[in-house]
Amino acid sequence: MATPAKSPTPQKKTNGKAGNGTWVGKRMKRKEDPRMIRGISHYTDDLKLAGMVHCAFTRSPHAHAEIKAIRTDAAKALPGVIAVYTSADTTGLGPVPCAIQMPDLKVPRHPVLAEGRVRYVGEPVAVVVAEDLYIARDAAELVEVDYEPLPAVTDLEKALGKDSPLVHEQLKSNQAFTHQLKNGDVEAGFKKADRIVKQRMMNQRLAPIAMEPRAVVAEYLPGENRLTVWSSTQIPHLLKTQISLLVGLPETAVRVIAPEVGGGFGSKLNVYGEEGVVPWLAMKTGRPVKWNEGRRENFMATIHGRDALNDVELALKKDGTILGMRARVLADMGAYHQLLTPLIPQLTALMHAGCYKIPAIQIDIIGVFTNKMSTDAYRGAGRPEATFNVERIMELGAREMGMDPAEFRRKNFPLPKEFPYTTVTGLTYDSAKYQESLAKALKLSGYDSLRRRQKEGWKRGKYYGVGVSTYVEICAIGPSAATPAGGWESGTVRIEPTGKVTVLTGASPHGQGEETTFAQLVADQLGIDPQDVNVVHGDTLAVPYGIGTFGSRATAVGGTAIYMATQKLKSKLATLAAHLLGSKPADISIGRGQLTAKSGKRIPFGEVVLAAYTARNIPVGFEPGLEATHFFEPSNFTFPFGCHVCSVEVDIETGEIKIEKYVAVDDCGNVINPLLVAGQIQGGIAQGLGQALWEEVVYNDDGQLVTGTLMDYAIPKAHLLPEFTLDHTVTPSPVNPMGVKGVGEAGTIASTPCIVNAVCDALSPFGVRHIEMPLKPERVWNAIRTAKAIPAIAASAEAPRKREAVRRRA
Amino acid sequence: MTKNVTITVNGVERRASVEPRLLLVHFLRENAGLTGTHVGCETSLCGACTVLLDGRAVKSCTVLAVQADGRNITTVEGLASGDQLHAIQEGFWEEHGLQCGFCTPGMIMCSHDLLEHHPNPSDSEIREGINGNLCRCTGYQHIVAAVKNAAQKMSRPTAARAGAR
Amino acid sequence: MIPANFNYESPSTLNEALNLLSAHDDAKVLAGGHSLLPAMKLRLAQPAMLVDLGRISGLSYIREAADKIAIGAMTTHAEVAGSKDLLDSSPLLALAAAQIGDTQVRNRGTLGGSLAQAHPAADYPAAVLALDAEIVAHSHSGERVIPATKFFNGMFSTALRNDEIITEVRVPKTRGEGVTYKKFHHPASGYAVVGVAVRVKKSGNKIESAAVGITGVSEIAYRASAMESKLRGKPIGAFADAAEHAADGIDVIGDVYASAEYRRHLVTVITRRALEAAAK
Repeated sequence: MATPAKSPTPQKKTNGKAGNGTWVGKRMKRKEDPRMIRGISHYTDDLKLAGMVHCAFTRSPHAHAEIKAIRTDAAKALPGVIAVYTSADTTGLGPVPCAIQMPDLKVPRHPVLAEGRVRYVGEPVAVVVAEDLYIARDAAELVEVDYEPLPAVTDLEKALGKDSPLVHEQLKSNQAFTHQLKNGDVEAGFKKADRIVKQRMMNQRLAPIAMEPRAVVAEYLPGENRLTVWSSTQIPHLLKTQISLLVGLPETAVRVIAPEVGGGFGSKLNVYGEEGVVPWLAMKTGRPVKWNEGRRENFMATIHGRDALNDVELALKKDGTILGMRARVLADMGAYHQLLTPLIPQLTALMHAGCYKIPAIQIDIIGVFTNKMSTDAYRGAGRPEATFNVERIMELGAREMGMDPAEFRRKNFPLPKEFPYTTVTGLTYDSAKYQESLAKALKLSGYDSLRRRQKEGWKRGKYYGVGVSTYVEICAIGPSAATPAGGWESGTVRIEPTGKVTVLTGASPHGQGEETTFAQLVADQLGIDPQDVNVVHGDTLAVPYGIGTFGSRATAVGGTAIYMATQKLKSKLATLAAHLLGSKPADISIGRGQLTAKSGKRIPFGEVVLAAYTARNIPVGFEPGLEATHFFEPSNFTFPFGCHVCSVEVDIETGEIKIEKYVAVDDCGNVINPLLVAGQIQGGIAQGLGQALWEEVVYNDDGQLVTGTLMDYAIPKAHLLPEFTLDHTVTPSPVNPMGVKGVGEAGTIASTPCIVNAVCDALSPFGVRHIEMPLKPERVWNAIRTAKAIPAIAASAEAPRKREAVRRRA
Repeated sequence: MTKNVTITVNGVERRASVEPRLLLVHFLRENAGLTGTHVGCETSLCGACTVLLDGRAVKSCTVLAVQADGRNITTVEGLASGDQLHAIQEGFWEEHGLQCGFCTPGMIMCSHDLLEHHPNPSDSEIREGINGNLCRCTGYQHIVAAVKNAAQKMSRPTAARAGAR
Repeated sequence: MIPANFNYESPSTLNEALNLLSAHDDAKVLAGGHSLLPAMKLRLAQPAMLVDLGRISGLSYIREAADKIAIGAMTTHAEVAGSKDLLDSSPLLALAAAQIGDTQVRNRGTLGGSLAQAHPAADYPAAVLALDAEIVAHSHSGERVIPATKFFNGMFSTALRNDEIITEVRVPKTRGEGVTYKKFHHPASGYAVVGVAVRVKKSGNKIESAAVGITGVSEIAYRASAMESKLRGKPIGAFADAAEHAADGIDVIGDVYASAEYRRHLVTVITRRALEAAAK
């Protein structure tokens, strides 16, 4: 590995730009697109290896049951079936790992195939290997399992009750952990409060629904002792380590490749039992094995997100100043912990100060086992829950105080000069101008005229609502001290002898477009064309160890690692160019495909590069080659922020909601590619609206998954969404030299409370305070007809019917 | 029981002996080796498997290969002519109409059907026209822009388009 | 994802198809396949044999037949939705077809297939009921014309016998009448939570007669007969009271998206709005 002649740019508080502006900041078309729009890219399920066989899982139809017997004879007898395995065969394999440690955390054994008992619908019980997919599926149906059903528990509060069925009997209770975050004099704050606002809010269970279901292909070559696993994952390196532990091979024998990955949203930031079973099958059968879960298994057996019951209280002074906040959170773990399951609610606690000055806070969290699929990180992961709690209680606070909700928020913002700002939850927010994004969003949305129209509409029996949500999120995860498996990222930059550049990143993009943004970044640093930069990711044999893509970290942490590696190479290039030009390294500048000395002498970039490889004319002690790696450890998280404003109209007869306008002003620090940032924000808003309006994983009381297909579980469709109006402010982060913050989750975090605020605002004449998500028409209708107040409607041609509709709502 | 089928895929005639239950999408992916057509659900909802059957968009996970016997199929791989991308592909590229790319082939093929019938669609016609295709990444806004971009290109004479490149 | 195995026949004449149905009790007819194949993929349906009507010519058409319009059973939803003949002289069926599923589903799904499936939330049943359409079925015993009002027996159950195949649907021309189909879509499936097909004859400023077919609300699509009689002679616009009776005597279904109570309310609102639109 190359040693730089000079240390790279130190990681200091620089509000510097991410590049010289030739490519960084440009709306560049993506480099990854040509293969995707031609349909010639390769997702895991597209791989075909010689001799490959297929596997399929037999899964539990019960939420909780004793397995009395498993008979595999019929399945084994089906022509084309190679083998059938149950937990009796997989004793050395697993268990499925959980990376979280907490003082009172209970981590029950999580077998890769159920051992004696099943604890959620969809838990794998047996696996079939067959010559083709069709036979594998047929055989999986032929595995006969005798179950003795046991009572199941799916309700969070019931699960904590004395008489509840126990998900794990040996634990004696369904309590997985407790966690308290307390700071400031909370009791005093509530004691001296003029008003206390309380609200219970359920943050419902969601299914991530990456469009590509999970898939795994594994091949084992015994001679070379090489296990290669292709998996649709966001964390190939961590997965490699875990697979080696799961199957019991040295880590050096395992190679993981994340090929094209069709979306993750956190659901592929995990280590699943199948990622142990499929490689094990390849070792056991000596054939390459493929598994593709399909959508139905995806609903049952890929992690879900959210699912927490929140009781939130806000203590306020007469003038609208916040004196304290309290929250009690019951968080549903599901039946087992997956990789990060118990961590997610802790992020909720950390972000519970929002973008407000709160002097005292107490958050109590209880993790609860239930007979459902595990929850884990889903886009936002704990932060949407926090933001929802905070933005809803702020909304209710404003209403209680009779203040405009925007004004009430502004009153409680820290000022720009107070940054870095330390929150009551112990975080240090890097940089922000909350006032600026709020003002911009209000202006862009025509807030004042929306308010005027709303008041006028109420008189006519038209129910318009305006929603505001100001948010801050925690990104660039993260400093290693705060991250279970290390919060750094690796980046390698190699200038090849021909002057083309290979970038290896430990980040593992799966739709975000870093093949493009990282190329822009490197191209600017080296003064070359991004088309000459090839970004490689997702192959643990090609790329130095890395962490992966999640928590809006790829650019701020992974990009910075590349930036730093590039600085090492720039310094090396300058040393060599100075030698060749008879100048000093400090006097060399790089750009436009050449290196130029102060004297005006110049040398083409390619010549310097070639000289580094031919190594016949280099300074004494100069290490040949042009490759540098940097492992970047961030000093802090970054904290992007912004303000979303929307206006809705509620049809009070049907409960339908029409989004009329949606304005988002986001600040993710410096921007590398505005086109891609817009894409992230728009997609994020859509997912947040999905939670607010349509999405909900429903298990019935028996633990049956009621919403197990896309026929029942509604993700946003094109015609259901409005056009979003986007704008931004730019507040560079001092945490990294590029001043970037991250943008992957912002939209999802901000949009959910924005819509709910707007709908509750529209129905405020009825006295509607809160409606649980998703805001299905029936829920909205119910809230109206059970509401206490009857709004006044002015005389008009339509008025009699509208009055009638209002009267009939009960 | 197997049946012999002859299906023309992207202009190439392909013969195979298939089980009646073989889904067209698996015929395309396994028999024809064209993996650009993706499978995203079991319930004919996500649209990732959309191809053209005799010129009309269909979900190939809900068509049996035997039903397509003797018919013409166009998949995403059959859209570009050599290096020349189809206008819809260009639209998706220029307007950032894709992120993870998994829904993209189906989205492009459905847009093809849409533009055939509405050469100059409004935003809401586009949104209605592609509502059988789910995208989890983009929020659809850039997809709408991509289809409009393509519509504009396609309404121009081919020569002008080629010349403009 | 993968259907269970089955035998497959694709006869080229109706007669051959009828022979196959008579010979195989466990055979199912495959038309467009957009209701049957998804059920088979989830292994909710596992027929031993499929008789594919796709190779039989002459089952896909839309043509005038005296005072009616005759539509071949294999006509796709897209063809129904886009038919100029229908839009000109009997648009209700086309309006319903346009709201079925999505582009791809409409390109494959067929009129006959949808009716034979009798999904409780399908769109066509409401329209054929409101239109008093005739459903023509063939068997070896000949042709049987089944009035739409006698066709639906229950959830996924019709008056069609196992040895019969739907060949045609006949709808009356409705020139001069007001028709509309109003649908409250399920956000995931796209099926009707409530779907109301309305046909009204006006006489001056009053309703002379109204026919209302409703789907999605109960296990079986129905004609809101009680309400229809209340509408007779009512002035245009004064529909609210009558619409309150849209689900009188109906066993309303509920599910995780919309409870029976909500559906019962919703159908009155959608019906009133449909009547208003049709009578405009």
